[in-house]
Amino acid sequence: MPTRQAAVVGVAESDEIGVVPNKSTLQLQGEAVLNALDDAGLALRDVDGLFTAGFRTTEVAEYLGIHPRYYDGTHVGGSSFVVHLGHAAAAIASGRIEVALIVHGESGRSRVGLPASASSAQGMEGQFENPYGMPGAPGAYSMACARHMHQYGTTDRQLAEIAVAARQWARLNPRAFKRDPLTIEEVLASPYVSWPFRKLDCCLVTDAAGAVVVTSVERARDLKKAPVRVLGWGEGHDHQIISQMPDVTSGPGRISGPDAFAMAGVKHADVDVAEVYDSFTYTVLTSLEDLGFCRKGEGGDFVSGGRIAPGGDFPLNTSGGGLSYTHPGMFGIFTIIECIRQLRGDFRGQGLRQVADAKIGLVHGTGGKLSATGTAILAAD
Amino acid sequence: MTEYTKPLPKADPVTAPFWESLKREKIEVQRCDDCEAHIFYPRALCPHCSSRRLKWTPVSGRGRIYTLTIVHKAPGPAFKADAPYVVALVELDEGCRMMTNIVDAPADPDHVRIGMPVEIVYHHVTDDVTLPKFRPVVRAEA
Ligand SMILES: [Zn+2]
Repeated sequence: MPTRQAAVVGVAESDEIGVVPNKSTLQLQGEAVLNALDDAGLALRDVDGLFTAGFRTTEVAEYLGIHPRYYDGTHVGGSSFVVHLGHAAAAIASGRIEVALIVHGESGRSRVGLPASASSAQGMEGQFENPYGMPGAPGAYSMACARHMHQYGTTDRQLAEIAVAARQWARLNPRAFKRDPLTIEEVLASPYVSWPFRKLDCCLVTDAAGAVVVTSVERARDLKKAPVRVLGWGEGHDHQIISQMPDVTSGPGRISGPDAFAMAGVKHADVDVAEVYDSFTYTVLTSLEDLGFCRKGEGGDFVSGGRIAPGGDFPLNTSGGGLSYTHPGMFGIFTIIECIRQLRGDFRGQGLRQVADAKIGLVHGTGGKLSATGTAILAAD
Repeated sequence: MTEYTKPLPKADPVTAPFWESLKREKIEVQRCDDCEAHIFYPRALCPHCSSRRLKWTPVSGRGRIYTLTIVHKAPGPAFKADAPYVVALVELDEGCRMMTNIVDAPADPDHVRIGMPVEIVYHHVTDDVTLPKFRPVVRAEA
């Protein structure tokens, strides 16, 4: 039983997102941090916990000019930031820190100031996957999807429903990268990237950063915006490289999801809005199954018929997601940002952009090659 | 012979016997003395039962396609001319799984299917490296 409950009190993107060739990766992160702290009514000097992935915590702290007494560089790909949210809430609950800052951003499209990344020929991926021309994430997720289609009869039309719903949400979001109308037929007519994935099954590549500020519920009550409580969280770990994934149709959401629901003490039917990392259309489908919103193999039916689109009865990825809103490299932080905004009612008066009466939200990140997940359940105060 | 520009595996002390066996056109993987599982990739301990008693064992080089993708957008210039090509996970008859390419078959989901029986072909890509590729098993009699 936590001694103090944590709440998210500030969220923001960098000043600009999309194509931002004149700004470096760390500059984008710096902007997002200042914007999120401003959203909360806090300052950098208030931050005593720093959470980041893919960058050294010392590198980010140095750039920001802060000296955190608690830091966490857990790097499980795009799910890292949802995992960080749980870790931050635990550190706050224990009284170890007062204000946690979670930040991530990349000049993913323009590639200004990215950290060096080289995979070793002697690592397991270097020895046992790269020699075969395995195209990274699109290859790994498409392999999992092909097996799901074979085993459960999932169709490319069902995947296209996810891309179309994301675009419909993006059309309501002025900051979204892709806002042109999109039909299922257009998704199915886009060229193959790695069968069974087509171009429009795959996320965007943009320049963007995001930051999230977390503190105790008590401290939150004195701040600028309505706090959003962190009710529960979970994390799951499965494998690193896709050839080691025990059952490619079932990801570690089957671990992180139940843990988050049990800790939060809420049921699936209580969730008003869900932000589920959509690196690929299929990622959403399998995540919803793993999380228990439907049975394994039934994700295709679940997402069909406009259920996850604006006006549908399961509002999902309401920013437009990684498929249509933004995706700099690791999207997880943006699932939190959007969920908080929905639960605070930031879009009130903007029609379908605001999910009506959103009280409970779920965020779910998937990282690596379906390798790790983080799930968190959030509640309007 | 043109220079081989694709990524090459670099063996480490634990994995070296696997790569060496391929050069001799005899595929060997580790088998656990305690739980009897064949394991892949090679390790210092059995990931199923944590035993250190692993023994290099020849395997049949036959298996089935567990899943696959057909790569249209290659990861870099070295693979570009090959696209579309098939990257697959093959489950060996002995039970462990490895990534490979399916060769000697059209890169088409109507021709290369999950569950299809396949057999190893040894591709000696350089003097030092032999890659295990797989091809569909063709029945001898017409
Ligand atoms: Zn064993």
